[in-house]
Amino acid sequence: MRLIAAAKSDEELSYTRFIQGAAGYARALDLAGIKPGEVVILVLQHGSDLIFSFWGAILHGAIPSIMPFLTEKLSPERYQEDMASLLQITRPAALITYPEFYPVVMETLHAEDSVRAVLVTHDIQPWVDVDLIALSGFKRSPDDIVLLQHSSGTTGLQKGVALSHQAVLNQLESYSQAIHLAPDDVIVSWLPLYHDMGLIAGFIMPILWGIPLVIMSPFDWVRAPYRLMQAVSSYKGTLSWLPNFAYNFCSQKIRSRDLEGVDLSSWRGVINCSEPMRWESHQLFIDKFKPYGLRPEALKTCYAMAENVFAVSQGGFEETVTVDEIDQKSFITRRVALPSNKAGETIKLLSAGRPIAATHLKVLDEHHQPLADRQVGEIALHSNCMLSGYYKRDDLTQKAFHAGWFLTGDLGYTAGGEVYVVGRKKDLIIVGGKNVYPQDLEAIANQVPGVHPGRVVAFGVFNPEMGTEDVAMVAEVDTEDEEARERIEDEIRQRVTRGSAIALRHVMVVGPKWIIKTSSGKIARPANRDKYLEAVAKRQAADKGA
Amino acid sequence: MPDEIINELSVYISNQILKQPKKKLGKDEPLISSGIVDSFHLVDLAMYVEEHFRVRLDDAELNADTFDTLAQLAELIHERQP
Repeated sequence: MRLIAAAKSDEELSYTRFIQGAAGYARALDLAGIKPGEVVILVLQHGSDLIFSFWGAILHGAIPSIMPFLTEKLSPERYQEDMASLLQITRPAALITYPEFYPVVMETLHAEDSVRAVLVTHDIQPWVDVDLIALSGFKRSPDDIVLLQHSSGTTGLQKGVALSHQAVLNQLESYSQAIHLAPDDVIVSWLPLYHDMGLIAGFIMPILWGIPLVIMSPFDWVRAPYRLMQAVSSYKGTLSWLPNFAYNFCSQKIRSRDLEGVDLSSWRGVINCSEPMRWESHQLFIDKFKPYGLRPEALKTCYAMAENVFAVSQGGFEETVTVDEIDQKSFITRRVALPSNKAGETIKLLSAGRPIAATHLKVLDEHHQPLADRQVGEIALHSNCMLSGYYKRDDLTQKAFHAGWFLTGDLGYTAGGEVYVVGRKKDLIIVGGKNVYPQDLEAIANQVPGVHPGRVVAFGVFNPEMGTEDVAMVAEVDTEDEEARERIEDEIRQRVTRGSAIALRHVMVVGPKWIIKTSSGKIARPANRDKYLEAVAKRQAADKGA
Repeated sequence: MPDEIINELSVYISNQILKQPKKKLGKDEPLISSGIVDSFHLVDLAMYVEEHFRVRLDDAELNADTFDTLAQLAELIHERQP
C-alpha cells in the first residue's frame, strides 16, 4: 500500500506494518472495555490513523463507522449537531479521534450517551508481536455485522447501512470476477472512505485480496487532480473508480505541464460510478487523456449502492460499454426507452452493464409489478450481499423491502440483459457523487429570518459543464424590497453552506404562494423543480430580448 | 497596485465561480472558510491567478490558512509578481 499526501513524499506501508498498526487499535479497544459487536465511530481524516483504526476495530470484532471529518467550510456547531444525531441512533460504545479534536468530541457528548471511551490516536502504539488469529475479530460469525456506512447530513447519519461479513465477502467474490481482478492489478484511489465506492472498491477489496493499493485523500485530490494521473503513471495503476463529475473535473482542471511524461497506458479500468453517468463526460476524458496513452476502451461503467455492499452491475469488461441512443420524446412523455429511428431528438445513455453474479434485478411499476424491457420503472434488487438492515432503524428497513426485494428508489430500464439508470424516485440530490438530502438543506434555510418557515424547497439541477448536479433552492418571503430580498438570498447561501458543506449555486427568492404543495400539504419537489426551470428559462429569454 | 488586483479577482470570482455578476465581494470577506469559493473551484482560482498574474500557487497553499480574503490573496500575488 502506498499513501500519497500533499507536500510529503509518498509513504510505503507494508502488510506487516499495516497489521501491527491495526492490531494496536484492536488492543486499545480491548483495554478500554469495548466488546465485540459494539459500534466504534472514527472521527479522523484520511491517512494511516484512519486505516489502522478501521481495521483495528474489525480485528477486535467491533463495528467501525467512519464519520466524515470537519471541513473548514462547515460550522463546528453544525458538525457537533450532526455527530449528536449519529450518536443518538447508532449508540456507539467508543469514538476514536485526534488529540487536537478531543475537546470538540467531548463537548458533543452528553451524560445519557452510550459512549464509554474516547480514544486518541497518539496514545495508540503498534502491536508488534501480535498473535493475529487469537484476536476476537476472528471469532465472529458470518452473519455478524462487520461495518456501518452512512451518507452525510442529518438524515444520512441517522440511516446507517449495516453489512455482514458474509455480505461483504460475497460482494468481493462476485465483483472481482466481474472486473477480472488479477494479482498484477494496481488500484489507485483518491476516494473518500466514508462512501461505498472508496471504502469497498478502493480500500477493503485490495487489502483483503492482496492487491497493491495507492491511496490519497480526496481533499488533496480536489486541489491537485493531476496527482491521480501522476500516481497511475508512476505506479503503473490498472484500476480506478471515479464519480461522473471527476471525468469533467480532470479534463478541465489539469494543466499540460503537470502531465509531462505521464503515461496512462497501464490503466485498464477507469470505472464511472455513484452518480448518473454521462456519455459526454467520457468523451471529454478521452479527448484530454488519449494523448497520454489512455485507451478509450478502459472507460467502464458501474451501478452501485451501499445497500448491496457496492456494485449491482458492471459494464465494459466483457464487451465495450453499450451506448443506447433512444428517442427523447417517447422517453419523456411515455417513460419508455425506444431505440431512436434518428427522426427526432435523441439521448445517448451509457449502459451500467450486467448484474454481477448472485445479484438479480427487476424493474417495477408503481404497484410493484414487473415491467417489460425498455419500460422505465423502479429498480428492485435481490442478492447474496444485501444489507442486514439500517442499523437500529427497523422502520426504515421494513419500508425498503417489498416481497423480499429491495426497492432502490432509482429509476431505470433493462434492455438486452443490461441495466440503464435514468433517474430517481426519491428526492435525493447527488452532488459530485455525494448524497444530499434536500430536507436537511430546507431545514437550515427555514431558520433564516424573513423566510416563511416550511415554505422552502431544494432540488438538484444538472450542470453539464460540471457533469454533476447543482443544488438549487426556492424560498418564499413577504418582503418585496429588492435589497431585503438580496440580503435574505445571501443569508440562505451562507447558512446552507456552513450548515451542510454544500455550496448553494442557485437561490431564488419569491413571493408568497409560489411553492407547490401536494394535497396532503407536503412539498412536491419535482413539480417545484419544473416550475423553477420554467421561470429561469423565461428570465433568460427576457434578458436576451432586452 | 493591490487594489487593482483585488478588483480583477473580485470580477473573476463573481462572474466565473459564483455566476452572480452582480455580487460584490468585500476585500476582507472570508471566501474559503465561508464556503463562497468551495473546494471544487480552488483549482480554477489557482489557474486564473497563474494565467492572469503570472504567479504560481502551490496545491498545498489552496486553503484558508494561506489566504482567505481578496486582500490576502492580492497581497500574496503582489509579493510574488516579478
